[in-house]
Amino acid sequence: MRALSALFGRELSLAWGRGGGPLLALAFYAAVATLLPLASGREPERLAAIAPGVAWLALALSALLSLERLFERDYEDGALDLLSLGPIPLEAVAAIKCLAQWLATGAPLALAAPVAAIALGAPPAAAPLLFACALIGGLAFAFVGGLGASLALGSRRGGLLIAVIVLPLFAPPVIFGAGALSSLTAGLPWTGGFLLLCAYSTAAVGLSPFAMAAACRNALS
Amino acid sequence: MIPVPAFLANPQRFMVFSRWAAPMFGALAVALIAAGLWITFRVPEDYQQHDTVRIMFIHVPAAWLAMFAYLCLGIASLLGLVFRHALADMAAKAAAPLGAAFTVLALATGSLWGKPMWGTWWVWDARLTSVLVLLLLYLGYLALRASIDDETKAGRAAAILALAGLINLPIIHYSVEWWNSLHQGSSTFEADQGDRLPAVYLTPLLIMGLGYMSAFGSLWLVGIRAEVWRRRARVLSLQQAGG
Repeated sequence: MRALSALFGRELSLAWGRGGGPLLALAFYAAVATLLPLASGREPERLAAIAPGVAWLALALSALLSLERLFERDYEDGALDLLSLGPIPLEAVAAIKCLAQWLATGAPLALAAPVAAIALGAPPAAAPLLFACALIGGLAFAFVGGLGASLALGSRRGGLLIAVIVLPLFAPPVIFGAGALSSLTAGLPWTGGFLLLCAYSTAAVGLSPFAMAAACRNALS
Repeated sequence: MIPVPAFLANPQRFMVFSRWAAPMFGALAVALIAAGLWITFRVPEDYQQHDTVRIMFIHVPAAWLAMFAYLCLGIASLLGLVFRHALADMAAKAAAPLGAAFTVLALATGSLWGKPMWGTWWVWDARLTSVLVLLLLYLGYLALRASIDDETKAGRAAAILALAGLINLPIIHYSVEWWNSLHQGSSTFEADQGDRLPAVYLTPLLIMGLGYMSAFGSLWLVGIRAEVWRRRARVLSLQQAGG
């Protein structure tokens, strides 16, 4: 248990401290959320219609940002070798890494998402649901993204490759979350999409650590 | 282990088998597709879709094969991961570009059919989007394989990705039942009697389906054979360089 909490503390301080951490993710999120309305037209009616979707999509893109260093850093300096020999199974190591990643970048982004959506013209009533979707969807983004990061270990073009293999797997949570949000703003029942998003996140949290551990063992072998 | 892969797991036996099987499947594919196309232009026009109904005979089998190829990719990846068998890894490697090609064919013909029938090339509904995601999964698989130098590691990493993407297959299959979609539901095997295609359309569709299947089988075997020869050539050239 002490080993687990020590590892979690290490991962969290690495994710929080190095390379800008949440600040970088927030800045990227703000930049994407600024560019999208410039590209799609600035009329308030049109913006209000797409605001929740824009806020949600920018979230998925920002989640990609810090994935490249998630495993690569420890792979290069040999820490991953040590971790794979240590008492904690590699599955738990991978899960802790993703959890720390989620706490350091996903949670701050979940706070920023409703602000961006309201600034773009979404009704404030949608803010609580957007926050909940961003928090829960962020878990799926972190764990599925971690899977992509671990698969790309040892490849020649990490960052771009992670985006290519991870974005198709981001499609279901993006669809479910955006569906729930647009149903809410249209006054329709939104629980269906939200529960599907929760189901996807649960499956990602439950299954992807095993795949990540297999991918790390493969890269280390 | 499953009997057919177990029989073919021996590379020597596989090469002997595929040497004859690949051209035979190829000839079968040419015959079936030629016959299917011949019938395609002789079926009566649909009373609503007129001539465009003929696109179905190209489109529907391509969509079947797009999913079937991914299933083959998934099974080969699983066998390659569990048994660490080189031939299964080569089978997965050869299946991916074929599946991507069938997916592109299904998307392109579907959009050519959609324009006259639905009035639009593309809609973002569940069936179309999930097939597009299937294409992206194929592309991601190919990209991951191509960007890791060590062939064994690339194969295993790509196999893990292929298994993760397997979740998309049931989503595609049931997308027209779970969600309200512009795309119609199944009208072949699972459909109720009233929704099922009449035999005059169903027969050529099945002929085309079998033709596509043989074409896939033939090209798949050729692809695996080419991969076996490529690896042998690489080993030989390494030996020569070393010795």
